[in-house]
Amino acid sequence: MSGFKDVQHLFRFAGLFVAVILAFLVVRSYVVPKSFGEYGHYRGAAIGEIAAHPIKFAGHQACASCHTDIVETKAKGAHAHVNCEACHGPLATHASDPSAMTPVKLDTLVLCVRCHAASAAKPKGFPQVNPAEHMGGVPCQSCHNPHSPEIRPDTGKSLAAGGAR
Amino acid sequence: MSGVEGYMYPNEVTLYWSVLIVLYPYITGLVAGAFILASLERVFRVDAVKPTYRLALLTALAFLLDAPLPLQLHLGHPERSYEMYFTPHATSAMAMFGYVYLWYLMAVLVFEIWLDYRRDIVLMSQQRKGLMRVVYKMMTLGSNNISERSLHIDEKVGWIVTLIGIPSAFLLHGYVGFIFGSLKSNPWWSSPLMPVVFIFSAMASGIAAVMLIYMAVTKLRKEKIDMRCVDAVAMYMFYIFILDFSLEMLDLVHRIYEADESFRSLDFMVHTKLYFSQIVLQILIGTLIPLILLFLTQVATIGERARKRIYVVCSSLILISVLAMRWNVVIGGQLFSKSFLGYTTYKMALVTREGLLVAIGLTILPLFFLWVLLKLLPPWPKKELQESAAGD
Amino acid sequence: MNISRRQFLILLPAAAVAWEYVEAGTPEASPNYQMSDHWWGMLIDITKCIGCGNCVRACQKENDVPDGFFRTWVERYDRMDYHLESPVVISPDGGKEGFPSVVEGAEGDYFFVPKMCNHCSDSPCTQVCPVGATFISPDGVVLVDQTYCLGCAYCVQACPYGCRYIHPEKKVADKCTLCYHRITKGLTTACCEACPTGARQLADLKNPNDPIHAFLKTHTVQVLKPQMATGAKAFYNGLDGSVR
Repeated sequence: MSGFKDVQHLFRFAGLFVAVILAFLVVRSYVVPKSFGEYGHYRGAAIGEIAAHPIKFAGHQACASCHTDIVETKAKGAHAHVNCEACHGPLATHASDPSAMTPVKLDTLVLCVRCHAASAAKPKGFPQVNPAEHMGGVPCQSCHNPHSPEIRPDTGKSLAAGGAR
Repeated sequence: MSGVEGYMYPNEVTLYWSVLIVLYPYITGLVAGAFILASLERVFRVDAVKPTYRLALLTALAFLLDAPLPLQLHLGHPERSYEMYFTPHATSAMAMFGYVYLWYLMAVLVFEIWLDYRRDIVLMSQQRKGLMRVVYKMMTLGSNNISERSLHIDEKVGWIVTLIGIPSAFLLHGYVGFIFGSLKSNPWWSSPLMPVVFIFSAMASGIAAVMLIYMAVTKLRKEKIDMRCVDAVAMYMFYIFILDFSLEMLDLVHRIYEADESFRSLDFMVHTKLYFSQIVLQILIGTLIPLILLFLTQVATIGERARKRIYVVCSSLILISVLAMRWNVVIGGQLFSKSFLGYTTYKMALVTREGLLVAIGLTILPLFFLWVLLKLLPPWPKKELQESAAGD
Repeated sequence: MNISRRQFLILLPAAAVAWEYVEAGTPEASPNYQMSDHWWGMLIDITKCIGCGNCVRACQKENDVPDGFFRTWVERYDRMDYHLESPVVISPDGGKEGFPSVVEGAEGDYFFVPKMCNHCSDSPCTQVCPVGATFISPDGVVLVDQTYCLGCAYCVQACPYGCRYIHPEKKVADKCTLCYHRITKGLTTACCEACPTGARQLADLKNPNDPIHAFLKTHTVQVLKPQMATGAKAFYNGLDGSVR
């Protein structure tokens, strides 16, 4: 018995150590989120939370479901693969409730130049113009229909110029 | 975009690890170094350094209590830091911190100090009055047994704890090096030598810190500095610092000779943005001068007064050198672009959460912790503590 | 052009999901989305990029990306013939408002490189997260759980591509989610939606009908910094050796 007496204090320290570990394990079981480890070492519920963020760009299909005429015009021209919101900007609010907001009319002088201003850095085949020389301040849609911009050789204008409503 | 030369990836313009992350490996390094010094006496029976044994342990504890603070202040969400304990990620070097830290704090340092001071604690719990009596009573854990045999057992257990403590100290600091050394994204950090260099510079800085603290405390207590002790400490500091310097130079030579894709970018950085902190402060002033001075104390006969002054100067320079090394690693690693095409600038704030004032405060704080610990557990033998008061 | 038409046809059935599912809801709420059926990546065609900055603006609008930080950005390379390894690179405000014009006949070779998270399958960033706040989802997207992130910035340091940052207000790691809230609802990412030339195409590597497979067979495709062995899933067509 006296043999134990001289190491008793060590067991007290060890007991304190074990008590802290036990308390840690108990707290841990309450604090760690339920879905942690569902798919891996992370909170599984986070995936659903991130997926639930609201969208701002409605997507091409949403536009096409109403604006069939524009999509038809577009499909015939060089802008067939340019999605509506590439120029018009994010319009999910408009798509979910058309009366909630009306898209603003775009300034073609700014918009078209973004892509078509000439620069040797751009791929060679991409249609480019020097804005000052090419139009001298005349809005692009005076000659080009932004939805189908090719100029017809017979009329000198593109199909239904100024078609942007 | 001011302060950017050449091209940085746009998200790299901001530095994400501030001066506090410089401080953190510096402070854990001091812990590891101080503990290694203490273990010299305990495990390797170097009797000459005995006067610094308890002081080194308390210094290690004081700095260890301070070590997580810079990390906490740096985190974007310090209130979530408990996650490090609850869901540590097995593949993350940083996740180890929580566990290695607690292991080192509780199982090694506090336990060893408790074993070593148990006799003093029991005696003081019987002699002191008022609040301090309660504090000491709690520290005894309700056991007043300080019989010859129990103290002998403590001595043996303490030896084992120190033996475990040495690899633990290496682990505590080695992994800090690994945090940086294991990132393949950053060529300035990515090196298997990083943990080794961190450990040796940590030992040098920890020994330097204990040496300075020992000399200052002895002066303040108006006692005589034990020259045999400081000579021995200085010798160890010298040898370890040589090893540290050799390893760092090996790393440098290797980088220069190999000259991989990152070399031109890093070389330019060392010659411009890091010139003062790396070449001038860390290598010329912080390393070569103390190495030359310490070398002289080893080969020439120098008077006691001059030796003391040399030791103070060398210790201070080594502390500065190691701090500069941490700066060069942490800040330097973020000044160049991972595209190797440009450089950014670190603008240290003054009064923000991660600013200079906080950094200075966190460097001074461990000295306050040490002062409290020295009051609570005086390392020097007290004459008034009489064995006669023992319980049984 | 042929590719985007085919992709358009493939996306059609997925996009035919009723609008209310598109608007809101988790993957579970989207009836035909199964995480195990997908393994997402991106195809970036440098030969098509015109540096208009549409993708950068779209991403910032879709994801509320704070000013000065980028989930995607565009770089303009100017590579001299005699020093391939030191190109001159610019990315003014991430290329958000396009790039200054280069006059015809200027010295060097110019091209644009859109950058974004590579959604690596052996991602160094998720490896180092101390708490499991960033992870690769079962469908191969590298995501951040911003309610769990400590903001230690270790992942930012570990990314070789500079794709992560600490959100200045939220104080947590932030990065490209590959528009996870869109692709799980049958839509494409905001950057792909807004790209006028089809230089960026969302790719589902587990979908045998995805045009990516035909593209990879017929083109020489590379990933960024292949020496990093990150298993990057942003595939670049026409990638020059000088790109880092």
